[in-house]
Amino acid sequence: MSYLEYAVKTTPTGLRKFLYMNWPLTLLLISVASAGFLMLYSVAGGSWRPWAEPQMERFALGLVVMFIVALIPIWFWRSMSLLAYLGSVGLLVLVELFGTVGMGAQRWIDLGFMRLQPSELTKVTLVMVLAAYYDWLPSEKTSRPLWVLLPVFLILIPTALVLKQPDLGTALLLLAAGGGLMFLAGVHWAYFAAVIAAGVGLVTAVFKSRGTDWQLLKDYQFRRIDTFLDPSSDPLGAGYHITQSKIALGSGGWNGRGFMQGTQSRLNFLPEKHTDFIFTTLAEEFGFVGGITLLTLYGLILVFCLVTALSTKDRFSSLVTLGISLNFFLFFAVNMSMVMGLAPVVGVPLPMVSYGGSAMLVLMAAFGIVQSAHIHRPR
Amino acid sequence: MKRPTKNTGQAHKRLTRRALVLGGMQLAFAGGLAARMRYMQVEQADQYRLLAEENRINIRLIPPTRGRIYDRNGQVIAQNSPSYRIVIVREDAGDVDKVIADLARLIPLKEDEIERAKTEMRRTAPFLPVTLADQVTWEDISKVAINAPALPGVTPEVGLTRQYPRYEDFAHVVGYVGPVSDYDLSKMEDPEPVLMIPRFQIGKVGLEAKKEDLLRGKAGAKRVEVNATGRVMRELDRREGQPGADLQLTIDADLQEYAQARLAGESAAVVVIDCETGDLRAISSTPSFDPNLFVRGISVADYQALTQDNHRPLANKTVQGTYPPGSTFKMITALAALEAGVVGPGDTVYCPGFLKVGSRRFHCWKRGGHGMVDLETSLKRSCDVYYYDVALRVGIDKISDMARKFGLGIKHDLPMSAVAAGLAPNQEWKRRVHGQEWLIGDTANASIGQGYMLASPLQLAVMSARIATGRTVTPRLIRSINGVEQPTGAGEPLDVNPRNLEQVRKAMFSVSNDRRGTAYRSRIIADEFRMAGKTGTSQVRNITKAERAAGVIRNEDLPWERRDHALFVSFAPYDNPKYAVAVVVEHGGGGSKAAAPVARDVMLQALYGGTPPLEAYPVADRERIKEQQKRLEGDRRPKARPEKKDRA
Repeated sequence: MSYLEYAVKTTPTGLRKFLYMNWPLTLLLISVASAGFLMLYSVAGGSWRPWAEPQMERFALGLVVMFIVALIPIWFWRSMSLLAYLGSVGLLVLVELFGTVGMGAQRWIDLGFMRLQPSELTKVTLVMVLAAYYDWLPSEKTSRPLWVLLPVFLILIPTALVLKQPDLGTALLLLAAGGGLMFLAGVHWAYFAAVIAAGVGLVTAVFKSRGTDWQLLKDYQFRRIDTFLDPSSDPLGAGYHITQSKIALGSGGWNGRGFMQGTQSRLNFLPEKHTDFIFTTLAEEFGFVGGITLLTLYGLILVFCLVTALSTKDRFSSLVTLGISLNFFLFFAVNMSMVMGLAPVVGVPLPMVSYGGSAMLVLMAAFGIVQSAHIHRPR
Repeated sequence: MKRPTKNTGQAHKRLTRRALVLGGMQLAFAGGLAARMRYMQVEQADQYRLLAEENRINIRLIPPTRGRIYDRNGQVIAQNSPSYRIVIVREDAGDVDKVIADLARLIPLKEDEIERAKTEMRRTAPFLPVTLADQVTWEDISKVAINAPALPGVTPEVGLTRQYPRYEDFAHVVGYVGPVSDYDLSKMEDPEPVLMIPRFQIGKVGLEAKKEDLLRGKAGAKRVEVNATGRVMRELDRREGQPGADLQLTIDADLQEYAQARLAGESAAVVVIDCETGDLRAISSTPSFDPNLFVRGISVADYQALTQDNHRPLANKTVQGTYPPGSTFKMITALAALEAGVVGPGDTVYCPGFLKVGSRRFHCWKRGGHGMVDLETSLKRSCDVYYYDVALRVGIDKISDMARKFGLGIKHDLPMSAVAAGLAPNQEWKRRVHGQEWLIGDTANASIGQGYMLASPLQLAVMSARIATGRTVTPRLIRSINGVEQPTGAGEPLDVNPRNLEQVRKAMFSVSNDRRGTAYRSRIIADEFRMAGKTGTSQVRNITKAERAAGVIRNEDLPWERRDHALFVSFAPYDNPKYAVAVVVEHGGGGSKAAAPVARDVMLQALYGGTPPLEAYPVADRERIKEQQKRLEGDRRPKARPEKKDRA
C-alpha cells in the first residue's frame, strides 16, 4: 500500500484538507450535539452543571480528535485496523480482569480523566478490521466458506467478551454491525439466511434454558425481556422505566410541554434521564416536532455517510464509512426503540446526545475516519 | 497490495447495491420510529398527558377544624388549641439514633413513642417528618428550639388538638375525642379519607361521638405537585374545607360547675331541667374525670385508677345509671289511681305499718304506721301502705302507662352515650322477659318505686318537669347549631286531668314546706321561689324478717355499697315552675338527708343565677350554708389549672 496508489492529482494536502472535509456531516454532528447540550441543561433543572458543561468540553475535544483523525490519510487508518482491533480486544480482556464494576457489569477502565469503555472502542475497531479484511480479500473469495469463517471469528471474539461482562445490548450491536459489514462486502445471501435461522433457534434455546442449570442469560436480563414484553406486569419495578418513559414521550404531544417544562423528567419520574432516556425528555419538552427534527438530523447523517461511501472508489473507505454509519444507526435506532417501548431496556445511549464521555469521543474519532475517507477519496 | 482497478468492477457494483439496500432499510426503520412517535405523541397524546398529570399531582387533604362547643351563655366547653409536637426528618438528622438520644436527654421521651417513630421511619421516605413526641409542653418546645443547632432534623410543629377548658365538669356530657383507631375504622362502612390522616381526632364518647358528623366538618384538599419519590415540590391550588359546626348547649357551665362541686366526694347525679323548654341546665355526674387525659392518650395507671374506683368516675350516672326511684315514684302511682277514679284526693287509707298482701306482709318504712292518711299526707310523710293499697286497686298496667306518660321507662333522645331507657314494668313485660305471671306483690313493690322499677336521674327530672307543667316536656341538650336555634322541648299538654295534677303538686309542696314533710328541713323560704319535691330512699338490699324484728340497721352502720340510694325530685317556684331538679346520691342513705339538701342548693343556684342570698335558706341553716358557700367558692375558683408537667 503506497501513497501513490491514492495520490490522485486532486487529493488535497496540508491544511487545504479542511476545505475538502465533509462539512455538511460536521455541521450535522454539531447540531445534534447542541441538541444534547440543550437537553442536558434542561434535565439539570436549568443548569450547565453537572452535565451540559463537561459534555461541551468533551465535544470540543471530540471535534479536535475528529479533525486530527480526518487529516491523517485513510490508508494509515487502514493499516492500523488490525492493530486497533487487537488492541481493543486486549482492552476487553483487561477489563475482564481488572475493570471497574459498574451497574452490575465490568465495563470501564479508569484512565483518570475519563472512563474508557473498551466495548465502545470495539464497535469501531471491529468495523475497521472487517473493512480492511474485505479490502484485502479478492472479491471472488468473499463467499467461500473458509473466508467467511475468518470474519465470523473476528466478530465473535469481542462479542463473546462483551457478553461476558455482561452487556447484552452492546454484544448484539457488535453482532449486528459485523453482520452488516459482511453483508455490504458481498457475502452470499444464503449465509445470512442460515444465520438468521440459527439465530431464531438460539433465541428459542435461550428462553428454553431459563430456570435450568445451563441458563444462558442472567436473571436480570431475562427480567428485562419479560418487562419489555409486558411492562404492566411490574409497573413499580423494572417495568417502571418503560412505562414512565412512554408516559413522558406521549405526554409531549405535538409541540411538547415547553423547554424545561417536562414534568416527567423534572420530577424525576424518568430514570437515567441524562443518559439513556434523554430522548424522552426531548420528546416530552419539544414534542413530536422536536423528536422528528432530531430523527431527521440522524437520517441526514446516515445519508451523508452513504454519499461519502458511494462516491469513493476505495473499498476500505466505503466499507468503513458504511460500517460506522451502520453503528451510528444501530445506536439511535435501539435507543429510540427502547424509550418508545419497542425494545427492551438494554442500556444503549443516544449517540452524540446522551451524557457520556467515552462513547462520544469514540464516535467522533470514528467520524474522523469517515472524514478522512472523504478527504482522501480517490478522485 | 492495493488493486484499485478491482473496485471498479463487479465488486463495487455489488457494494453500491448492498449499501443502498442497507441504507434503505435504515431509513425505513427511522421512518417506522417516526410513525411510532406520531402515534404516541399525536394520537395518544391526551391519554399520556393524563397519566403524566396523575403521576405529578397528588391530592392532599386538609383536615377540617372541629366545631367548638359552648355553654348556653357562650362559655367555651370544647375548643381547639394549638398543640406542639416534635418531629424528626430522617434525611436532615443524619445519625437518627444519636439525635434521638440527645433529644431524650433534653426532654422526656416515651420509649414506645421512639420505637414507633423508628418503625415509621423505616417505612416512609426520608424527607417525611415523623412524630417523636406529641402534646409537648411549651417549656419543652422552648428547650428544643434553643438547642436546635445541636439537633439536626428535629423541629417543633404546631397543630390543633381538642382541649376541654372545663376539665371534669363536662366529661360525661361532652365526652372526648381521640385519634382514629383501627377499631374505629373497622366499624365504619365507608370511612371518609380524612380519617386516614395520622392522629386525626374523632369523637369517642358522649356528645363528641354522637354529633361527630356535625362537629367534624368537611375536609378541604390541596393539589400538590410531587416528584417520583413523593416529595412535594409546590402547591398548585387548594379548596378550603368546611369547619365543623359550633354547638351551643343548653347547659349553664357555671351551674354545672356548681353542681359538680356540690356533689364532690359522692357517687351521685343531679339533673336540672328547664320546665318551660326542656333545656338541661345542668346534668352532672360525680365523680368525674379529666377528658383531656384521654385526648392525649391516658396512661395505664390513670386509666386503672378510673376503672377501679368503686364510685365509677367513667359512668355517666345521669343518663346511663338507672336506680329504683323509690318514693319519688309515688306521684305516678297516685296519679294513676286518681285518673282511674279508684281513689279521691280526700279518701283515706289506714296505715298500721304494713299491708298484708296474700300471705306476705308489705311494710311501711315507719314501723308504727301513719294511721289514717289521705293523698297529701301520704306523699308528705311518704307513707308506703297508702300506695300499696291504691296500687292494688288500680293495677300495674295503668301505673306503668302513667309512668310512661311522665317519661319513665322510655328512652329520651339525647346525644349522649348509653342513654338508658329505665324500666316501667307491666304484666306483658314480665311475661315476655321473665316468662312469669305478674304477681300482686310485684304491684306493691312497683307502687313505691321498688322491685322492677328503674329510672335514671334524667328521667326523674323529666318526670318532675312534667308534673310541674302538665306538659310533655322533653329534654334538650343542644340549644343551637352554628347559631341556628333548635326546637325546644316544651311539649304538648299531658292527657291527665289538671285537677289531679294540682292535687299531686299540692302534696309535693307540703313535702318540703309542711312542718311534717320529709323534706321540710331542705325548704326554700324565699316566697317567690317556694319548692315542691319528693324524697326517695331506695333499697339496694332485702331487709330480712329477722332484721326487721330486731330493728332495721341504720344506713350509717352499713358498708357504703349496701346503703340505700338517696333520691330527691323537685320543682320550683311552686306557683310558676321554672326548674325541675332530680338528685340521686348512690348509697347516700335517706333521701331527705342526703339528696334533698343538694337539690335545694342546686335549685337556688339555678333560680338566682349564681350564689343565692342566705335569706333564701331557713334561719337555722344559714350559718352552715355560709360555710358551705365559702368552701365551694374556693373549690371552684382555679379552673385554668397548670399543665401537668410529667409526661414520662
